[in-house]
Amino acid sequence: MSAPAGGVLPLAAAQADAALVRELVVISGKGGTGKTSVVASFAVLAGNAVLADCDVDAADLHLVVEPEVLERHVFTAGHRAVVRAPDCAACGECLEWCRFDALVTPDGSAVPEVDPIACEGCGVCAALCPLHAIDLEPRVCGEWFVSATRCGPMVHARLGIAAENSGKLVSVVRAEARRAAARSGRGLVLIDGPPGIGCPVIAAVTGATAVLLVTEPSVSGEHDVERALALARHFGLPVAVAVNRWDLCPEGAERIEAHARAHGAEIAGRIRYDPTVTAAQLAARSTVELGGGAADDIRAVWNHVAARWLRGGGHGGGGSAGPGGAGTGHAFESVSTITASPLCVAVR
Amino acid sequence: MIVAIASGKGGTGKTTFAVNLARSLEQPPQLLDCDVEAPNAHLYLRPRILGAEAAGILVPRVDAVRCTLCGDCAELCRYHALAVLRTGVMVFPELCHGCGGCALVCPEGAITEELRPIGVVEWGVAGDIELVTGRLDIGEAQAPPLIRAVKAKARGDRLVVVDAPPGTSCPTIAAIQGSDFVLLVTEPTPFGLNDLALAVETVRALGLPFAVAVNRAGSGDDRVHEFCAAQGIEILAELPDDRRIAEVSARGRILVDELDHVRPVFGALARRLVELGDRRPPTLAAAGGSRAEGRR
Amino acid sequence: MKVVVTSTGECLDSPIDPRFGRAASFVLVDTVSGAITTVVDNRDGVEAAQGAGVQAAEAVSRLGAECLVTGHCGPKAFRTLQAAGIAVYTGASGTVADALAQLAAGTLERAGAPDVAGHWA
Repeated sequence: MSAPAGGVLPLAAAQADAALVRELVVISGKGGTGKTSVVASFAVLAGNAVLADCDVDAADLHLVVEPEVLERHVFTAGHRAVVRAPDCAACGECLEWCRFDALVTPDGSAVPEVDPIACEGCGVCAALCPLHAIDLEPRVCGEWFVSATRCGPMVHARLGIAAENSGKLVSVVRAEARRAAARSGRGLVLIDGPPGIGCPVIAAVTGATAVLLVTEPSVSGEHDVERALALARHFGLPVAVAVNRWDLCPEGAERIEAHARAHGAEIAGRIRYDPTVTAAQLAARSTVELGGGAADDIRAVWNHVAARWLRGGGHGGGGSAGPGGAGTGHAFESVSTITASPLCVAVR
Repeated sequence: MIVAIASGKGGTGKTTFAVNLARSLEQPPQLLDCDVEAPNAHLYLRPRILGAEAAGILVPRVDAVRCTLCGDCAELCRYHALAVLRTGVMVFPELCHGCGGCALVCPEGAITEELRPIGVVEWGVAGDIELVTGRLDIGEAQAPPLIRAVKAKARGDRLVVVDAPPGTSCPTIAAIQGSDFVLLVTEPTPFGLNDLALAVETVRALGLPFAVAVNRAGSGDDRVHEFCAAQGIEILAELPDDRRIAEVSARGRILVDELDHVRPVFGALARRLVELGDRRPPTLAAAGGSRAEGRR
Repeated sequence: MKVVVTSTGECLDSPIDPRFGRAASFVLVDTVSGAITTVVDNRDGVEAAQGAGVQAAEAVSRLGAECLVTGHCGPKAFRTLQAAGIAVYTGASGTVADALAQLAAGTLERAGAPDVAGHWA
């Protein structure tokens, strides 16, 4: 039994979530800091986790863990407008209403066409067309998969090109990963998070047990980790930071760690620059499977995070899934301070 | 001419290429930092800020006196941003996408629109380069409206370089659409190749001319080069995998200022892009200006 | 009194759905007769990408309910219900009949605030 295209679990599955499944989300703010490489190593070290690749826009984790796809599901989100040309009188009103420049009149044609990439699916043209000549159709945006890997079950997805990247597909991947964990008696989901701080990241972190920020000691890494940290704190989540390739700029690493501590985050460790990381990627392996200095550092980061949040029950700073899998106490504590709880379907 | 610097994968060096290209063009350009969730160009250019303004989404405001609780607005809204109750109409501005439908459909003219800020557009100068930066507020979900506000600052009197967000979904589309040319920055690793293929699909879906730049060449293997050769994609520039380059960048310095061996790479890139711009057919020039970014 | 209970089915012995915005259905009960007078299928809410809580709250308001009995209630739903003057009782369990008995016995908590975050919880 799988989730409907909307991605919401049937009740029995939601109740299964009530079993304690912890979620560790690894994000970075800036892309390219090594988060996917770290998650791949964590998957091997954890030994008994479910993997969730929530970087649905540019998923890479599968390149290292080599999933065997067991299930494939179509993902629909939002809508798009389509003009029924024979019924259109070319009055031109819809062109005036559209806020997204999605209605265009190709050369020589009076009848407008909808540009599917620009179309938001807001439905204004369909609702207001005096001749009802515009239809609003559900939009197929991508696919998601349940797979088996050498590290355990994996849920991942592929968002279609130019598709809306709302949190919806990310949420589907997370929900299915939690379900796979509960069903197979695993207590941990490792989430490879998306870059940035927008919709997809919000969907990836909300209600998680803890967040690990993997960053790099460059000015851009410093700048972006501050924003990612602010986001995690905005959602009241426990956060740890690990500076990757720290030895390329030790002063930068120090500054990042000082900032992290000052803003309520812990330091999970530091990972040194090591060519083995790329060598591992080229060999479709995780760094810890090849060994070396960075592998040792990654293992130390894992041990810190696992001991702190991912074992035992209800230690200080830890979270537990509430009934119905409805998020952790931490996420809830800040509900009253969140004035905007944005999750959108059509992010334009 | 508008040149967008994009990539499938994050961290490949888009901002590095955007900034160094901007510094290498004979005529100083405008640089639009559209990576609004994680804008970084200002860290290297250190502009003198001249101005800033809030950017946002137009959300409904319901005049309770005129409202008859007919419910048409809530029925039209696909985002459930309006709830019509016996006691009045509730608006959820954070769910609103600014489509304007509620204001259009209200039979009583009871709905007007006001700006809900989602971030800031800031502009300044670094030498002769004008830098416009978009910065999304923490906790905000929608990047594209802010990206469009940044692009609305583009002026027609000089070349525009757009630093786009990574990926292939709607924020990236908002940044690169309407460009005359897209430069895809990649690295020669499996992750880089995987994401480059996605980015290539995207620019092809948008019908935009494009080419590739390879960063950290030599750090991985040849698969990216083989891919480009097989696909007939021109590689316009390459930066070697060089610890000096990594360190200069990490310190927030501009490569062409500090490293002699890097300067000619960007000089050649700048010349080639201008050449490609001069050669483009007239229809492309029209397409570059057709998206009305400043409409809202 | 008119009470809405979030439910997985349309009978008094259907198990309740502890979620509000994503509940499978809403049943309207008249506490005087103890009978279910209306059942609303919430499929649209289940599938909605956002605003499920808002939509559900609107639906409950349209039913003319005076109070809602459920497991949990998120922030936007709560604001909407509050604005509509509908009392929210959380922590219910078991079947619809059980939930109504819990309400009558006073063992449910009258919610003064949402008790879960939003976002697909």
